[in-house]
Amino acid sequence: MPKVIHKGQVVADNWQVFRLPEGADAATAAIPTGQVIVPFPVWQVRREELLASADAVGVWLAGSDDPAALADDLHALALVAVDFPKFTDGRGYSIAVALRTRFGYTGPLRAIGQVLRDQFNYLSRSGFDTLAPAEGRYTDAQLEAAVASLADFTDPYQASVIHPQPLFRRHSRAAA
Amino acid sequence: MYRYDNYDQRLLDERVAQFRNQMDRHLAGELSEDEFRPLRLQNGLYIQRHAPMYRISVPYGHLASRQLRKLAYLARTYDRGYAHFTTRTNVQFNWPKLEDVPDMLAELASVQMHSNQTSGNDIRNITADPYAGVAGDEIVDTRPWAEILRQWATYNPEFAYLPRKFKIALNGALEDRVVVQVYDIGLDFTKNEAGEIGFRVLVGGGLGRTPILGVEIASFIPWQHLITYCESILRVYNRHGRRDNIWKARIKILVKALGADEFRRQVEEEWALVKDGPNTLTAEEVERIATHFDDPDYADLPERDATFEAQRDSSKPFAAWVRRNVREHKRPGYASVVLSLKRTGVPPGDITADQMDTVADLADRYSFGEARMTHEQNVVLADVRKSDLYAVWQIAREAKLATPNIGLLTDIIACPGGDFCSLANARSIPIAEGIQRRFDDLDYLYDIGEIEINISGCMNACGHHHVGHIGVLGVDKNGEEWYQVTIGGMQGNETALGKVIGRAFAAAEMPDVVSELIATYLDNRFADERFIDTVQRIGLEPFKARVYGDQHIERKVANA
Repeated sequence: MPKVIHKGQVVADNWQVFRLPEGADAATAAIPTGQVIVPFPVWQVRREELLASADAVGVWLAGSDDPAALADDLHALALVAVDFPKFTDGRGYSIAVALRTRFGYTGPLRAIGQVLRDQFNYLSRSGFDTLAPAEGRYTDAQLEAAVASLADFTDPYQASVIHPQPLFRRHSRAAA
Repeated sequence: MYRYDNYDQRLLDERVAQFRNQMDRHLAGELSEDEFRPLRLQNGLYIQRHAPMYRISVPYGHLASRQLRKLAYLARTYDRGYAHFTTRTNVQFNWPKLEDVPDMLAELASVQMHSNQTSGNDIRNITADPYAGVAGDEIVDTRPWAEILRQWATYNPEFAYLPRKFKIALNGALEDRVVVQVYDIGLDFTKNEAGEIGFRVLVGGGLGRTPILGVEIASFIPWQHLITYCESILRVYNRHGRRDNIWKARIKILVKALGADEFRRQVEEEWALVKDGPNTLTAEEVERIATHFDDPDYADLPERDATFEAQRDSSKPFAAWVRRNVREHKRPGYASVVLSLKRTGVPPGDITADQMDTVADLADRYSFGEARMTHEQNVVLADVRKSDLYAVWQIAREAKLATPNIGLLTDIIACPGGDFCSLANARSIPIAEGIQRRFDDLDYLYDIGEIEINISGCMNACGHHHVGHIGVLGVDKNGEEWYQVTIGGMQGNETALGKVIGRAFAAAEMPDVVSELIATYLDNRFADERFIDTVQRIGLEPFKARVYGDQHIERKVANA
């Protein structure tokens, strides 16, 4: 069973990410059964069908998707994910910040795609509570070791999703 | 200058540990080159032509003497005894070993220095006026604001993987000495009628392949909103900047595609959500940081110093140096000294370990222990008593740091070019040297007067060639080095981009080309106008006619 890091713990995970096959139609493509995270275009055209199914449903956003378009549905979803086609594509960080702060989403927020240990710290500070590296990218031992990255910076300068106040408001910093 | 507290130091120490762990995993084969690349770049480490290149950040150009000594130590211990000062007020080492870099970073951290975000697609070193705090024309000292932005940008989780690099510059004086119009964000600090500090916002300026001057999107934003406003700009850029083409990825392309009005609308929409939120600056925090930049303990001195004036009157070389390398200071009896890193035969911006130690000693003895780097690649001692100038000059001259050429033709800005940089199309250093050798006569240099020659080895424009009065750009044609020449570029309040004069030249032609451009200027000069004034008055044609019409320049037409 694949493993993810959720709130700082390595845990087994049942969620499958459904990616629309090349040329497939979002309206008719076969969606796997079980806990599934569907792409936003599928959610847009099959919202009622997915909500009616017995399985929990999540939606993943691509970097080019507008999180505002999902804002009204956030309460209905068991999970939201953001895809990183490459780990150097940083749009997902701002999407996560928007989901957490602008749209008030408090449910599970998962980073999927090329999710690597050396981005865990920034991803979690941007609001992701679940980090799902590609299956097979890390051994169990490497994933356990990678949890330490979440604590790379004890007291960062910035306000962020997990530090709602910037350093200068969190602490009284003595003058020179 | 800003001194770290425990929070700053812990963050930097944690960065050292993080990078050391990443380097270890890379060397152990756990972290592939592709996965390691952005991490090493965010720590200033490039893989270059001969060896790694390690770029160290000097925030807004300020260096304490102990930091200079540390750089000298690194140059001796890990490099070949010298360093290169860049146009972005960074310091580059060209010969470190990859595996030594975490140790070098740890050494830097021991003197509150680092190589944070000196490369990569992130927020780079913040640039401010090298004469901040001492210039007579200053409205707002930008250093505290630059430090506030430095802290916000450092290890910022949301903006570490932008479409492309991102550079911010701050000006707070009547004369713009940082060229705010060529930055991704240029902030012009000023005061409103009520005396409150705020800033004008320019976005989308930049040199490189597509040189564009920044456009104004806000005329006056009160200081409290410095972070939230910049954050809103970055957020729009991070979401919508192009990622499909590296040459179209800078914010200038987005601003141009959307238009300034639509870009402003999107920024304002984001800003409405965060304005007055937690990132709003407090007076207490600004005061805490500003205290670090309080005036040093100046003595009350008379404006004139008789001994200095007598020394100047009796020594022609000292007088020449004072004329070119000494600047007015806001305090009576003080001056700012520019130490030249533009000695003929030495690559522009290169400085030896011994010279760095000498600058540190000079700073300690004569300038409150601090020095500053300029984007023209020289070093400033900002607070020297006039009565000490002669002693400073003697020591600087001994150390070969007193070439009296600041602002003159041989004070050339040049990137490291093809001798070192793997991006370069052509070499820069030999071009600079060829020109410097041609114009070695000081009297002739003084007659020519103020002129800026900027040389870049490729279109990334690290040598700022677009804004040189004479700009030289190295280009590759069928594997050969050629040089395209522009004239009429300018930095400062009247920033302008130079225009190409015609076909490119071979390296050996360049001293002749510059000679012809200068001869055209001297023939047409009216009264005491500068080269750039003449270009603006008479246009490009007379220069082109002289350069291309003259038979003694051998015609070599590339691709003919």
